[in-house]
Amino acid sequence: MSEIPDDLKYTSTHEWARDEGDGIVAVGITDHAQELLGDLVYVELPETGTDLGAGAECAVVESVKAAADVYSPLDGEVVEVNESLADSPEAINEAPYEAWIFKLKMADPAQLDNLMDAAAYAEAVEAEEH
Amino acid sequence: MLIFEHSRPGRRAQAQAPADQAPLEGIPEAFRRRKRPRLPEVSELQAVRHYTRLSQKNFSIDTQFYPLGSCTMKYNPRACNSLAMLPGLVDRHPLAPESHSQGFLSAMYDLQEILKSVTGMAAVSLAPMAGAQGEFAGVAMIRAYHDARGDHERREILVPDAAHGTNPASAVMCGYQAREIPTLPSGDVDLEALEAALGPQTAGIMLTNPSTLGVFERHIDTIARMVHEAGGLLYYDGANLNAILGRVRPGDMGFDVIHVNLHKTFSTPHGGGGPGAGPVGVSERLAPYLPVPLVDYDGHDYRLLTERERPDTIGRLSAFGGNAGILLRAYIYARMLGAEGMKRVADFSTLNANYLMKRMVEAGFTAAYPERRATHEFIITLKPEAKALGVSAMDFAKRLLDYDMHAPTTYFPLLVPECFLIEPTETEAKEALDAFVEAMVKIREEAEQAPEKVKGAPWNLPVRRLDDVRAARQLDLKWQGENR
Amino acid sequence: MPFIPHTEEEIREMLETIGVSSIDDLFDEIPESLRANTLEGVGPALSEMEITRLMQEKARQDSGGICFIGAGAYDHHVPAAVWQIATRGEFYTAYTPYQAEASQGTLQLLYEYQTMMAELMAMEVSNASLYDGASALAEAVLMAVRANRKSKSKRVLVPRSLHPAYRGTVHTIVRNQGIELVELPFDDTTGQTDLDALETHAGSDFAALVIPQPNFFGVLEPVDQLTDWAHRNGLLAIAVVNPLAMAVLQPPGEWGEKGVDIACGDGQPLGAPLSSGGPYFGFMTCRKQHVRQMPGRIIGRTVDLDGKPGFALTLQAREQHIRRSKATSNICTNQGLMVTAATIHMALLGADGLARVAGACHANLNALVGKLTALDEEIAPRFSGPVFHERVLRLPMEVPQVLRTLAAHNILGGHHLGGDYPELENCLLVCATETRTPDDLEKYAQNLQRVLATRRQGACATMARIDL
Repeated sequence: MSEIPDDLKYTSTHEWARDEGDGIVAVGITDHAQELLGDLVYVELPETGTDLGAGAECAVVESVKAAADVYSPLDGEVVEVNESLADSPEAINEAPYEAWIFKLKMADPAQLDNLMDAAAYAEAVEAEEH
Repeated sequence: MLIFEHSRPGRRAQAQAPADQAPLEGIPEAFRRRKRPRLPEVSELQAVRHYTRLSQKNFSIDTQFYPLGSCTMKYNPRACNSLAMLPGLVDRHPLAPESHSQGFLSAMYDLQEILKSVTGMAAVSLAPMAGAQGEFAGVAMIRAYHDARGDHERREILVPDAAHGTNPASAVMCGYQAREIPTLPSGDVDLEALEAALGPQTAGIMLTNPSTLGVFERHIDTIARMVHEAGGLLYYDGANLNAILGRVRPGDMGFDVIHVNLHKTFSTPHGGGGPGAGPVGVSERLAPYLPVPLVDYDGHDYRLLTERERPDTIGRLSAFGGNAGILLRAYIYARMLGAEGMKRVADFSTLNANYLMKRMVEAGFTAAYPERRATHEFIITLKPEAKALGVSAMDFAKRLLDYDMHAPTTYFPLLVPECFLIEPTETEAKEALDAFVEAMVKIREEAEQAPEKVKGAPWNLPVRRLDDVRAARQLDLKWQGENR
Repeated sequence: MPFIPHTEEEIREMLETIGVSSIDDLFDEIPESLRANTLEGVGPALSEMEITRLMQEKARQDSGGICFIGAGAYDHHVPAAVWQIATRGEFYTAYTPYQAEASQGTLQLLYEYQTMMAELMAMEVSNASLYDGASALAEAVLMAVRANRKSKSKRVLVPRSLHPAYRGTVHTIVRNQGIELVELPFDDTTGQTDLDALETHAGSDFAALVIPQPNFFGVLEPVDQLTDWAHRNGLLAIAVVNPLAMAVLQPPGEWGEKGVDIACGDGQPLGAPLSSGGPYFGFMTCRKQHVRQMPGRIIGRTVDLDGKPGFALTLQAREQHIRRSKATSNICTNQGLMVTAATIHMALLGADGLARVAGACHANLNALVGKLTALDEEIAPRFSGPVFHERVLRLPMEVPQVLRTLAAHNILGGHHLGGDYPELENCLLVCATETRTPDDLEKYAQNLQRVLATRRQGACATMARIDL
């Protein structure tokens, strides 16, 4: 069973979002997602300054056997990207909830409430496996 | 050891190049190369020995059973190669005048006619250089057809989820969106889902029949009717034509456009990944859009038709006329088979696949579609073995290499877990099929008794399993020299 | 039965195992209405002896011409060892190296090829080949549009001095993706891309500039200026070059201040016979930063479970079988067999051998041009720019007529340019490779002399009539 921290918000497409305060959220992919993908070999990062709508494709994570799009969980503007992932994509495998991919300045912080909490996400993962 | 490591400064294969370096008269210094590229400096013997030794590290049809599903790894007759390399054919310049081209052009014209006949289409172009280019050309013609009618709302190409990855990729290259259609547990396309997906935005559908699941799409005439009624066109991916060659013609199934993989069905060599050839055939209404060049015959002379004579063409796909040498090999093969031989291809590839499937099932393996007739290929799922023994389809595949057989296609189609897609082809003898079953049974025994033997395989090849993750993370794509 | 091993008894046994009574029964899931009847147009089977005779006859029909045509395909000597090894069954009948452990021969060869090609182009990385030069350029254009993140346009500058069939192919392949090709004129005197015309585009948004070397006329382009102009204006520079020429000409990785971003072309001069236009192979090399945008197979060196070096396909997640509709390209094959030949070809010749071949071609062209222009003062080079192994000549008469007469005497005298360039109606593109002998050149000159003489006689006769 993969790890699903209680203090984060989740999407059905396996992103997590962490409220960093000041209207900023950090976004990454869940432990479950990295397990499915296997050893990551590349992360294609979004560009800072990009405006994203919730559900927009904005990054790609690649393993040797698969590539998956990362979708923005919320409306907002990319304010920072995790450049260190370019050289060490394995950081996502090692610590998926520390290795954030990008940070978003939320257009509407209330949208955070639309995302799943840990229990709901756990249920979604459970359902997907059956 | 790399060829570069055999290299010594000043060593040369003396007989291979002109004896002297002629001056580059008229080329100003600024245009000239200053530093020589670091190519190998080896003798003729060193090069010959090095590459002969490398060849011996390959599995191939000529050396091993190669039941790679969806790839049709059948025997490539030697005559096809030696005759395509005859002086006069092999040294003909692509822009040679018609006076020096009648032999080649007549063969190409005949090949067009043969392909029209076996596909049931109205016209054929030999221009596409591979299956994927044939797909591109086919979808581009569908688009040209709709565009010419002012029908610009059609943005979607429907693709069953079992399709080859090239299908959606080709649709996108033509500016379309690919929309997936699910497959039923029986292996047939989900007609309800198809009905729901069809509409004024539908440009067409891309189908492989038999499908990649190794079964014939039984409702093909219904699908054809539904798609046509919605104003869309039907594209036939010829990847599996071997299964029905001479038995069923895609034109009769209602398809508007088709590509044929000559490197599969017409036995041209795979060459370690190409060259292929992917001629396209079309129904009457798409004929004006065929890619150029085409070969025409006026009863006296053969000649090439280009953009000038074919103003509505989607255009050309290569600098000249496609992979001519491969087309020649396919022509020679087709003439050696004749009409009767074409039908035998379907008959015996189907016989071999059904026999092998039955033997595998009798040996306790699980067919993915046990209720269905196999076509020229079939799928087994090793999910039960994976669950009970902890060995994956990949492990079985690698261990088969130790038994001196190439592995079937693994993990494709994506719909079936832990799958093997097995295509024995018509040119394999019964004993090769029996030996495959025996090897699979032995590997399963090993997996029960000494699983590490299977999980660690292969053991008898030039290398053991390779670290793909390292290959992708620490990209080493060229030799950097000894001291770097 | 040709190529089918089954005996009657085996067929019986196999049908019995399956549990059907005939092969026809195996097709019972196919609706009856779809079963084909006879295949008209295929004809009866030929034995190997019969097809041999037929093909020999066809080959004979096309034989005998001495070739002075270039225009993108060149008649070079290919060492005997090249195709003897390339057609070994282990190379010839292997598939794409998906099972790496069973394909180390092909994989190592491709890694060596990538190294050689990167060296020849002075570029950082190479793929394992594409279909041909023209389609490789189309892929390079698509790649540049993806890779140039600064450019918002999908417009690409393409010189008119680029091979017309390359321009046509690129147009076919990219137009459905909304990419616009904008043509650059050539200088009527030099035959090079017109730098003044290029300058008018400064400041507009383009994704890339295509730079041929040599261009279709054999003329050498001012590649340093073109490359620097592209970079100064935020464009990627795409080189499309003759790889043999790169043995003696400045390679694309060294053009201008930074070198080009993508270099591609047709590998035919490296071991592929003319063979009516294919199979050849397209090559593509690029800067390392763009490697993930590059289409086609790429081989990487890695290690096995025991730490022993080995080779495998890598960066596959870009490809269609994983990315499907989001792949960099729909391409799944390369031209593996042609690359096998090219690798052996380059290993045999080495840098020194390739340079000698290039030098010999060029010397032969100069000798040919010297002979032909000496025949008549109205036969002259059309362009003043420097050339490599190919040149445009202006003739004082109709080119198609001249070519037909020469062909009747087994001289394939070159390529007429009027079809693609109306302003070059009386112009002929001639080429001489290292395989042309002094005797061949002499034959060409003598036959052209005869054509000229006939024309002069004809002209005299016309004048005589007027005099009367």
